Amino acid sequence: MQTDDKKQAYWDKNLRLTAVLLGIWFVVTYVVVFFAPAINQISFLGFPLAFYMGAQGALIIYVAIIAYYAWTMNRLDREYGVAEEEN
Amino acid sequence: MATDKFIANLPKIYGLYTGGFLAFVVVLGILEMFGLPQRVIGWIFLAATIGLYAVIGIISRTSEVSEYYVAGRKVPPVFNGMAVGSDWMSAASFIGMAGTLYAFGYDGLAYVMGWTGGYVLVALLIAPYLRKFGQYTVPDFLGARYGGNMARTIGIIAAIAASFTYVVAQITGAGIITSRFLEIPFEVGVFVGLAGILVCSMLGGMRAVTWTQVAQYIILIIAYLIPIVWMSYQVTGVPIPQLMYGEALQQIAVLEQQLGVTNPHAVPFTDMDKLNFMALTFCLMVGTAALPHILMRFYTTPSVRAARNSVGWSLFFIFLLYFSAPAYAAFAKLEVYKNVIGTPIAELPAWVESWARVGLVRVEDVMGDGILHLQGLTLNADAIVLATPEIAGLPYVIAGLVAAGGLAAALSTADGLLLTISNALSHDLYYKMVNPQASTKKRLMIARSLLLLVAVVAAAVAAQRPAGILAIVAWAFSLAGAAFFPALVLGVFWSRANKAGAVAGMIVGFGLTLFYLIGVHFMGMDKWFGINAVAAGTFGIPAGFITMIVVSLLTQAPSQEVRNFVQSVRYPRLDQA
Repeated sequence: MQTDDKKQAYWDKNLRLTAVLLGIWFVVTYVVVFFAPAINQISFLGFPLAFYMGAQGALIIYVAIIAYYAWTMNRLDREYGVAEEEN
Repeated sequence: MATDKFIANLPKIYGLYTGGFLAFVVVLGILEMFGLPQRVIGWIFLAATIGLYAVIGIISRTSEVSEYYVAGRKVPPVFNGMAVGSDWMSAASFIGMAGTLYAFGYDGLAYVMGWTGGYVLVALLIAPYLRKFGQYTVPDFLGARYGGNMARTIGIIAAIAASFTYVVAQITGAGIITSRFLEIPFEVGVFVGLAGILVCSMLGGMRAVTWTQVAQYIILIIAYLIPIVWMSYQVTGVPIPQLMYGEALQQIAVLEQQLGVTNPHAVPFTDMDKLNFMALTFCLMVGTAALPHILMRFYTTPSVRAARNSVGWSLFFIFLLYFSAPAYAAFAKLEVYKNVIGTPIAELPAWVESWARVGLVRVEDVMGDGILHLQGLTLNADAIVLATPEIAGLPYVIAGLVAAGGLAAALSTADGLLLTISNALSHDLYYKMVNPQASTKKRLMIARSLLLLVAVVAAAVAAQRPAGILAIVAWAFSLAGAAFFPALVLGVFWSRANKAGAVAGMIVGFGLTLFYLIGVHFMGMDKWFGINAVAAGTFGIPAGFITMIVVSLLTQAPSQEVRNFVQSVRYPRLDQA
């Protein structure tokens, strides 16, 4: 069932999720780069940390963000009755 | 149905294919030990792989419209992810990225982050909605959302401009590899590469391209990982390069002090200042989320859910190569600092001469003492990936494998781009605007002949060796980002956005970006805030957003029909009330 309220609630949840995940994306990318020289003083797995973040850490987090988004949205679709018919 | 059986058998088919390819590499390796000449190994690698792509292209050819444009919308997320991966990773990623990291160290990471982080934008802001819209091309979406032919026409122009510059770079890359490893002139190499591209995309459109790209992904990732796994084992005793190159970085830092290197590998902002680093990352990310040949791939999944999952798989498969590239650069650098610098010039191994012959390596006796010093060695960034197997003393069969991988990367991207261009001309321009009554047969015939024409023109341009290929690739990102990103994102998330706003925003964004990069790069215009021409979209993208919002608010709100359209793309399924 898709009443207007329910539809709006689904869309609001989607927007909130999108905003939070974009916030994480922004911090991982731009905030880390902005403070790179300072962060690089820290060592992680034998790497300078800012270098590690640019080369691997950020990438792992990007994959995680997308996986989490897909998983959550696919669940929301079903919960709010907007999932596609299974075929 | 035959197709469903084919889909169900995909893991088995590609599993056998991967095993067969590995066996082929091993057999060639054994033959090399028995004295098979290097030149023959190069020939066998390139001929076998291009032949393989041709066979896959011919088997999966089609002339049915939905198969031709969107592979029948039956591509499972994992396989679509591999296809996006090889569509995405071009000669620049495969050959250029590790070389850039070798040269710039930390500052090269702008490319690694930019070309992966953009997928977050694709996943969250674009792919699910485009899939729900469910037509064939990106201009289709613009045409539907912003009514009429204006937005569609600008979309066609921008899609062709961005894709064409990009395809020239790919054909050039294919030409460099074929000419070097087949020892034929570059101009001939370009057309050998072109022939490989055409058999895949000419015959069967998206369906043939999809299944060929999956095959190309498998070859390119194997070719990229084998040499670094090998080097990691040689240097550290552990064959997991992505974990072990921290150790290599530490050794490099020690050697850098001894050698007096002025821009240490892991130190940020020695080659590019912070502002330019961030601006370039931004342009590459936004451009990623706006390149038509990538976005088009998300039309091929069976559902919105599959489109979301598919973006995740795409980034995962791209991630495998990108998080290995810094390891490639580090091991190559360590090898050079440790074993090449300081040796007598007369005793340098054979690779120096063979790469010097093609102009990518130069050795000078700067101190006049017969010893190779750091200042006396010039390594072209494009030579790093292709030459490292030889520098590290690996068997030649690995060098041949890497060449085949680089060729797969160039060909797969060129396939996707050519398809985008010919679709823009035959579907968006001819069918949607010039002759909506055209029969299927006629449309596909036009698509194919235009494809051939565009490919030949692109090859002719590539044969001229236009300078600064990497820069041109980055321009394509800025141009696509500025032209499409605001119109696509606001089109979904802001129902008040209207036609006038979109048209103005696209013109301003695209125009300003073009103006800035031509002005700074060719006309000697002063840089604004010191931003380099490669990051031209830094100004065009925000300007596009602002123009679109202001003009939309100043003009009439969109009709109920448009608002219904926006509703329809926001929900995977919407029952009629």
